[in-house]
Amino acid sequence: MAGYLLEPLEFGFMQRGLIAAVLVAIACGILGSFVVLKGLAFIGDGLAHASFGGVALAFVLGANVYLGAFIFAMGTALGIGAISRRGRIRFDTAIGVLFSGTFAFGILVISRVEAYTVDLFGYLFGDVLSITAGDLWTIGILGALVLLVVFAFYRQLLFVAFDPTVAAASGLPAGALNYLLLGLLGVTIVTSIQAVGIVMVVALLVTPAATAYLITRRFHHMILASCAIGSLSAVLGIYLSYYAAAASGASIILVATAIFLVTLAVTGRVRKAASIPGPSH
Amino acid sequence: MDDSAFSVRNLSVAYNGRRALEGVTLEVARGSMVGVIGPNGGGKSTLVKALLGLVPYEAGEVEILGRKPRRRVRRLVGYVPQREEVDWNFPVSVFDVVMMGRVPALGLLRQPSRRDRELVTGALETVGMADHAEARIGELSGGQQQRVFLARALAQEAEILLLDEPVSGVDALAQHEIFDLLRRLQDRGKTVLVTTHDLTCVTERFNAALLLNRRVVAYGPPDEVFTPELLNAAYGSHLRIIDVGGRTVAIEEG
Ligand SMILES: Nc1ncnc2c1ncn2[C@@H]1O[C@H](COP(=O)(O)OP(=O)(O)OP(=O)(O)O)[C@@H](O)[C@H]1O
Ligand SMILES: [Mg+2]
Repeated sequence: MAGYLLEPLEFGFMQRGLIAAVLVAIACGILGSFVVLKGLAFIGDGLAHASFGGVALAFVLGANVYLGAFIFAMGTALGIGAISRRGRIRFDTAIGVLFSGTFAFGILVISRVEAYTVDLFGYLFGDVLSITAGDLWTIGILGALVLLVVFAFYRQLLFVAFDPTVAAASGLPAGALNYLLLGLLGVTIVTSIQAVGIVMVVALLVTPAATAYLITRRFHHMILASCAIGSLSAVLGIYLSYYAAAASGASIILVATAIFLVTLAVTGRVRKAASIPGPSH
Repeated sequence: MDDSAFSVRNLSVAYNGRRALEGVTLEVARGSMVGVIGPNGGGKSTLVKALLGLVPYEAGEVEILGRKPRRRVRRLVGYVPQREEVDWNFPVSVFDVVMMGRVPALGLLRQPSRRDRELVTGALETVGMADHAEARIGELSGGQQQRVFLARALAQEAEILLLDEPVSGVDALAQHEIFDLLRRLQDRGKTVLVTTHDLTCVTERFNAALLLNRRVVAYGPPDEVFTPELLNAAYGSHLRIIDVGGRTVAIEEG
């Protein structure tokens, strides 16, 4: 048994992949808790798709893909804000238009440069096992940034997430804090792209956090549980992909989904049992 | 020392060009308890939000405790929003919610001090919810939730309390508890402003009533404000005053 667990660790790419995936799962666990409670999944998915335009462009230009992805994600996020504030188009419509536009731009760019297509495929569907030491540094720094900022602003972010009106009324800069959250979401998504891929980032944000929501009663417990569940899914998923020779991103998400479904079934049964009135004596 | 809690001059607020408040002028004395009554859509919530600086003014000005409503002054105003504005499924305990009242004063990276904790516990005791500190906010009854939110305003060390329909969707007994609680807070020197549909309650316990329908229809002692003429002027012909178990409630007809 121990042999099965240890054998893959002899490979550098497996070590890097595991570290990267756990870092990403932690960042996603934190931000995902906000995403689930504030109903930001659609925005998260949109930001991920938009960032592909930046990935493709940076890749072709030989620039840092993470930087490219971040600039594109944030640029489009501000774009939606600007368009929907005019009030002529609904928020979700603006997201749909802008994000599929930038995604299409990314596809257009890579389809012009055939030699790169295989590498860029990794960004779309995730290939955590091909992460380089340089990628790992980027992921580590971005992950630490997310952790630090959320730690520093935790109480403010919680207040604004729970009750934005009262938070603003009591003098907190609610607008700035919302932008901070959006910025962190962008950073987290960009960090996660290589681990699980643009197409599945939103699942890593939402699924462990949704599982954590089912089993916790306080927000910081939800964050911790969601980080733990995400990390567990990442590790199990990577082993699964090693032994089954399957795509790592998809394996991670499948494990996370399985944990969610089991938790849903178990907690549902517990609730039911608790709500059945006992026999009267 | 200025003894007015709010001083509102010629305030107008518009949403997308449509005026929700027009030329509102109002003086709320410190330590008083004011009930705001008016038809649905009459601008009660908008007035509360304008006092809190949550909606931009088209014209006019508001002073809080004799000062311009800057961020520091705003902390002296506690707000209990209409129930619909809150996500009750959020995983936070009663203690967490009341601690939010300390956040504006905490600043970055500072953990709550002993004093912050004492303010939270004290506020929970004042509203009679100390035994429920560990409960999840969504598990409480409507009346208990309102009291927790009031505790948050108290933990914020607010001098002025603004409550938007605190008793809507709350059973009669809990309504009494909330209004009694507000009276006790008034006795401690707080200024209280409440929007409500319960005329009897305002008559029995409040110093002043404000009849609002976009403009100030009347403002003064409740028995002078709640005359058939003035009520009709505020509600038009849609108003029906009914008696429910000895209480007078204003009901609108479509
Ligand atoms: N955010 C908003 N955007 C646009 N119009 C609004 C907004 N909020 C309120 N209004 C409009 O302003 C007017 C006053 O609304 P307000 O909520 O202040 O009334 P109210 O007296 O609190 O009503 P209720 O008794 O139903 O709570 C209404 O016509 C309402 O439709
Ligand atoms: Mg209202």
